[in-house]
Amino acid sequence: MRRNQVAVVGAAETTELGIIPNASQLQLHADAALNAIADAGLKLSDIDGFATAVETPQQVCHYLGIKPTWVDGTSVGGCSFMLHVRHAAAAIEAGLCKTVLITHAESGKSMIGKLPRSIPADSLQGQFEAPYGVYGPPSMFPIPVLRFMKTYGITHEQLASVAVVQREWAAKNPRAMMKDPITVADVLNSRMIAYPFRLLQCCLVTDGGGALILTSADRARDFPRKPVYIMGTGESVETPMVSQMETFNSSRAFKVAGPLAFKEAGITHKDVDHLMIYDAFAHLPLFGLGDLGFMPYEETGKFIADGNTRPGGKLPLNTNGGGLSYMHSGMYGMYALQESVRQMRGIAPAQVPNAKISVCHGVGGMFAASGTIVFTNER
Amino acid sequence: MAEPQRARPKPTPETQHFWDGTKAGELRLQRCDACAHVYFPPRPFCPSCASRKVSIFKASGKGFLYSYVINHRPAAPGFTPPYAIAVVELDEGPRMMSNIIDCPQTPEALELDMKLEVAFEALDDKITLPVFRPVKG
Repeated sequence: MRRNQVAVVGAAETTELGIIPNASQLQLHADAALNAIADAGLKLSDIDGFATAVETPQQVCHYLGIKPTWVDGTSVGGCSFMLHVRHAAAAIEAGLCKTVLITHAESGKSMIGKLPRSIPADSLQGQFEAPYGVYGPPSMFPIPVLRFMKTYGITHEQLASVAVVQREWAAKNPRAMMKDPITVADVLNSRMIAYPFRLLQCCLVTDGGGALILTSADRARDFPRKPVYIMGTGESVETPMVSQMETFNSSRAFKVAGPLAFKEAGITHKDVDHLMIYDAFAHLPLFGLGDLGFMPYEETGKFIADGNTRPGGKLPLNTNGGGLSYMHSGMYGMYALQESVRQMRGIAPAQVPNAKISVCHGVGGMFAASGTIVFTNER
Repeated sequence: MAEPQRARPKPTPETQHFWDGTKAGELRLQRCDACAHVYFPPRPFCPSCASRKVSIFKASGKGFLYSYVINHRPAAPGFTPPYAIAVVELDEGPRMMSNIIDCPQTPEALELDMKLEVAFEALDDKITLPVFRPVKG
């Protein structure tokens, strides 16, 4: 895909984030969509392309009253929205539609109008994983961690420092759920969830949503907000079964999606001013730093523990506080994208001064899928 | 009200041989007749070279502890926490999720790379699960 031909011209989260007991999941989609449309200065009737995940495009389009000529229902987990951005950019370039709305919402905490998730007993997961006591992401996502730690000499303290650093970012963000400072000792003394991970190394469970609006870069100049250009994109999938990953020393899906996006953007790691790596659990930033090629895996834990990703550090990472401290409704990718857009617009609560290139890397399922977007505010 | 039960696998035509095997006390894998690739989970073709000529064979049942978590909460129905959810690498190459029996469910006892051997645990008269125990000595 050609770089900087498509731009984000509208971006917003739901009016509230956190615990929202007065709205269904579908209404949260609408709330985010209406906020993004207002942000872009558009009308609903201007939207001719639509993408969402978990909920179907027809469900959300009908509720909002949108009549699209292009839809994408790619639903590969929390990074689905990175894939939507990539697909939407291609569709706009191909002339299939002009203005795409992407929505995410999840009543992850209040569970109002939330679709049930179940594993059929005759699926491969139902036959070869469920009988061994896996029960939700906390019991599955950390399964690779001990192998990763042993291979690369990563310590428990380094993995705890991920949560500590992200809490520092969250403290600067009025909309973050968790803002009180924490220490490595606090993390290592928090309640055990699934060894080696404790409560503060696992993502929050919240309600909320977000929406993006994309159009061609040529049209983007006429919108009220500073355009944020899609500079590079990548995507891949590996396996829905964490036990069947090629290796626990890296993520194959990350290693495909990340480098694709860097190549398309024509950038090197030194060009990256701001980085988001979807942190459902504390090991994901380490996998991301290694798989995206920022540094050897052996250095990832020390890099974060030494403060290089904290406020004022040389590689600002997860600057909204991340899934560990900002919010996590279940499919966090949309919130990572929102933070990248805010940073590129120059309006983030913890703004990185003069940031020009932001890399936003997402995971779906337990390393099942991945999507990476490189944004820039210069064309 | 009955206690919620441990999740029970329901075989499909492609996996029936595996579950017939565990019931008979065998861990069955598949090997490609064309390229010799050994793979899991079961399917009637080779995921490496796409050949449909594949054979079922009895695996050694030997392997080592590749990685694990010790789950504390929330616990799956039928499980008493803390319990380890492990991934075992078989000597033949494939990995599978399993539980580790005859071993304390602690980080000290569950050493990565420790040698394991298969054991069989009947859930009911239809399904027997392969689990693993440390190799003694």
